[in-house]
Amino acid sequence: MMDSSSSSGCRGLVGACFASSAPAVAEGDKASASAAEWESVIGVETHVQLNTRTKAFCSCKSEYGGKPNANVCPVCLGHPGMLPSLNKKMVELAIKMGVALNCSIHGESKFDRKQYFYGDLPKGYQISQNDRPIATEGLVEAPMFVVGMQTDAFPTCKVRIHRLHMEEDTAKLTHEGQDSLATSNDGGGDDDGASSGSASTLADYNRAGVPLIEIVTEPDMRSGEEAAAYAQELRRIVRYLGVSSGNMQEGSLRCDVNISVRRKGETRLGTKVEVKNLNSFSAVKSAVEYETRRQSTLIEEGRGGEIVQETRLWDEARAETKSMRSKEEAADYRYLREPDLPFLVLKDGQVSEIEGSMPELPGQVRQKLLAMGLTVADAAIVSDDVNLWHYFSKVVDLGTDPKAACNWLVGDILAFLNGKKLSIEEAKMSPQSLHEMIALIEEGVISGKIAKQILPEVLDSGKSPKEVVEAKGLVQISDEGELGEIIGEIISKNPKQVEQYRGGKTKLFGFFVGQTMKATQGKANPKLVNDIVKSKLDA
Amino acid sequence: MDSVSLGLRRTRWRARLWSTTTRKVRYGSRAYAAGRTDLGREILVGGETSSSATSSSIGRVTRLVAEEGVTCEEVANAQLQQIHKLEPRLRSFMPNPLAGGASVSERVLEEARGLDRRLKSLTAAERRTRFPLAGVCLAVKDNICVKGWKATAGSMSLSDYVPPQDATVVEALKRKGCLVVGKTLCDEFGMGSTTESSASQGDGRAHAQGQEPWSTRNPWDVLRVPGGSSGGSAAAVSARQCTVALGTDTGGSVRQPASFCGVVGLKPTYGRVSRFGIIAYASSLDVPGCMGPTVSDCAAMLDHIAGQDPLDASSAATPLPPSLPAGYLHQATEGGEGARPLEGLRVGVVAQTMQEDGRLDDRVLGVMNDSLDKLRELGCVVEMVDVPTFDLGLPAYYITAASEASSNLSRYDGLRYPNKGGDSSQSKALDASLMEAISGNRGHLLGDEPLRRILMGTYTLSEGYGDALYKKAQVVRKKVQGDMLAQLGKHDVLLTPTAPTPAYRADDKSLLDPLQMYLGDVMTVNVNLAGFPAISVPAGLVDDQDGGGKLPVGVQFIGGPFEEAKILRVAHFFERSAKIDTVPPMCLES
Repeated sequence: MMDSSSSSGCRGLVGACFASSAPAVAEGDKASASAAEWESVIGVETHVQLNTRTKAFCSCKSEYGGKPNANVCPVCLGHPGMLPSLNKKMVELAIKMGVALNCSIHGESKFDRKQYFYGDLPKGYQISQNDRPIATEGLVEAPMFVVGMQTDAFPTCKVRIHRLHMEEDTAKLTHEGQDSLATSNDGGGDDDGASSGSASTLADYNRAGVPLIEIVTEPDMRSGEEAAAYAQELRRIVRYLGVSSGNMQEGSLRCDVNISVRRKGETRLGTKVEVKNLNSFSAVKSAVEYETRRQSTLIEEGRGGEIVQETRLWDEARAETKSMRSKEEAADYRYLREPDLPFLVLKDGQVSEIEGSMPELPGQVRQKLLAMGLTVADAAIVSDDVNLWHYFSKVVDLGTDPKAACNWLVGDILAFLNGKKLSIEEAKMSPQSLHEMIALIEEGVISGKIAKQILPEVLDSGKSPKEVVEAKGLVQISDEGELGEIIGEIISKNPKQVEQYRGGKTKLFGFFVGQTMKATQGKANPKLVNDIVKSKLDA
Repeated sequence: MDSVSLGLRRTRWRARLWSTTTRKVRYGSRAYAAGRTDLGREILVGGETSSSATSSSIGRVTRLVAEEGVTCEEVANAQLQQIHKLEPRLRSFMPNPLAGGASVSERVLEEARGLDRRLKSLTAAERRTRFPLAGVCLAVKDNICVKGWKATAGSMSLSDYVPPQDATVVEALKRKGCLVVGKTLCDEFGMGSTTESSASQGDGRAHAQGQEPWSTRNPWDVLRVPGGSSGGSAAAVSARQCTVALGTDTGGSVRQPASFCGVVGLKPTYGRVSRFGIIAYASSLDVPGCMGPTVSDCAAMLDHIAGQDPLDASSAATPLPPSLPAGYLHQATEGGEGARPLEGLRVGVVAQTMQEDGRLDDRVLGVMNDSLDKLRELGCVVEMVDVPTFDLGLPAYYITAASEASSNLSRYDGLRYPNKGGDSSQSKALDASLMEAISGNRGHLLGDEPLRRILMGTYTLSEGYGDALYKKAQVVRKKVQGDMLAQLGKHDVLLTPTAPTPAYRADDKSLLDPLQMYLGDVMTVNVNLAGFPAISVPAGLVDDQDGGGKLPVGVQFIGGPFEEAKILRVAHFFERSAKIDTVPPMCLES
């Protein structure tokens, strides 16, 4: 399933993610004259819900939506005496993700209990991995392309991965009678308690026990763009791998950002602040920019001491962060090895088997697209959404010229789909049809103009382009004799224009071509029309 | 046990009535109508006048049912009558264990009749294979889940909790024809050695406050405790209120009460038997255990509950003995006809447990010395062995158990599971007032011992202390295990007293000191730390030094990992030669 953000995806997302080339501190002039002196140091923690059929430790269905508390059992509700059984698929997907992030995968890892009291935790602890995660030390190269940039290669931001571990999701709480901030969408651990003032709290345990991976980066990003680019690349990777829907609105992919500021050139790290409740990539970028401004301003005003290690919530409506909990109040998780699960020992060859079955990843696809001759801008769009890439590669595999395929896809087809709020896999036009349509143009059976004309019907009905062309009698007229007759008639009916043309007004050539097209309802083969008009006028 | 009204006689009468009026000869009732006068006694302890019978109770009951035409209903009735007779003095069972206050007798008899109907349609051979435990009356410790029966684990915080499914062990035994006759009292969450802190019937602090707690008493002397935490199960087996019982053993909770009550208690290897459905206390130590009047009973039970369980990831894939009938029971009891059935078997007596340092009761030491003689007579090579880490076990055990308990018990907030007395109002905001309600509930609903262990465990896991305490305890645990394993490489089994003393008097003030109480676990906790199997078997009756009565004393055989068959065999032949009269006098009072 694809969400609406990714369907508008291709274009829309590019709009959102690659759009702004403005510097990090957009309102720099107003906010701080010395913004250029400041550098933010950013690390990102991401929770990704894995696409398994069942939950992490029981056989309940793992799916988004549905009636609250429908997918629950004694195990995920934490009934006394119940024990967790490890979902092997979760391990497989975690390894897959670890491999994609170039991590070291550990043959032996273990599960721990992360303990805290909160209404979203059925057992009073969350099963997680503390000191021996399944994967560590990876690297992601996030593309930093911005629309309008003149480049023939993707600039990238290198982000080292600190660790990747598995854990279970918590229940979803809804605090009634509160603003949107109150719905806990971050889960996956230390949830917020920002609920004062609400009358009651509803708990939906459908989410409790859904398998998650948490991916923690090193503090390698330096701007909101870089943080957003990393998050987007992560989303692309999970979708290319098929390990998650990566849907931020549904909470399948949740980013928390750790950020501190320092003057450029300094090596010491400042006090870091964690920002949660980031439900979109633009929120990631804006929150970093807001925090950079807030923290640097405090330091400039000599109030640097007011920056404390704390968790802050991003308020989308007000475009600001606000304090939620300081480190002093933070929980001591009292990690305990999960005695109900033995050490996780991977089978010999399990990792190499997964390595051998990895699909192409977005980075490889981008390189491949450039090698096919696509521009960086086009490669960015085609590779951004895994489904668009799959569609594109099917069209190309049928023998279509990549550039032509890209032009049609990125141009008319996406425009049509975006207009109808459809995603590429909802399009009724098959890759085979696009291949066929482009072939019809190349073979001179139809003109590009006719192709544009028939495209909406092909996209709407799923009929083959040939069928539509034939049914509508739109086959191009490429018969020289037939065209010669038509053109001869036009020339004889317009002696005045012929005279003017022959007198040197060569611009009138277009008039004759236009009249021919009109007479043939656009079906005339343009190249032949040109040739014949020229030869008849020049004769 | 409110309405155990149907006496044995009435059932027989009814059975006869049916057989003559509405049906063909009702299978059952005939065998003993033709000569046997006291079926009840036959069912409970066997026909012999001497009650030192070491023939298994399971064997006797299943034979009566399968071969002598006795019905499961008749067995259940005899068992219910015994429960009814002794409960006022013993309190082995949880009162009102069924949801909605349904009658236990009616439920048990109904199930017995259902089983009888199914048996009737089978041939004798089919009965043996499909329902090898038909008629066996099972008592289940209250921290083990039985579908439809409350599982309170002795805690107020679970006082009305009815689990939605059976524990794997219960399911396995029921499937083979066992009838659950009751839920037995235990110390709250299995934390205790006296079965006095069962709080789901009242205030967990009653004892500490000098009030009479809702507690089980020892069938050998009702002024004494049955031991714990599986004291209800031990008392029920001892008083023949059931055929066999399930207990759990985290630090000795099956073996110590077995010793105190004169029954056999088997703690299998960690992982041999599924923990699914056992309300967790300390997950890396908890093991379900078998309790029965004889070693054969425990072996026969183990045959049906051992094995890997897909629902318990910590259960072991280690192969079981060849399948029935050549299982544990067979391996424990077959052969050995000669006078020296254990010829050449090397028994290592742990020297650290035999020290006359004031901790070990003289009477227990006496029983140990007699036991060594008996073992030599059986052909064993008995040697004293030095296990220097034995004394390290107790602190490592208490840190490990408390740490895990603090985690396992964090879910008992008084809101999630039905209970009497907590603030469980449903509509609440998740805010300060809720957190207040939770801490109030925990303080109020959990007894002193769980609170003490939660506090200790929270401390031992806290940042800054976890390394010094919890992690160090794990290092010690490895050492204890390694040391014991090394000795088990040189000896077939290790031998220790099961407990340093016979059963305590319930009014013994020293029991109010938790540290004093913890010391009583010194013989058993190392076995749990190591994860090895061990069995407590009655080895002697000693003077109660109190009024001329007798008290049973058990000894403990410890084996290497998954060597249940070996310790069962040693214990079986030891039991056969020891000939201890394990039926307490009160049991046969009319």
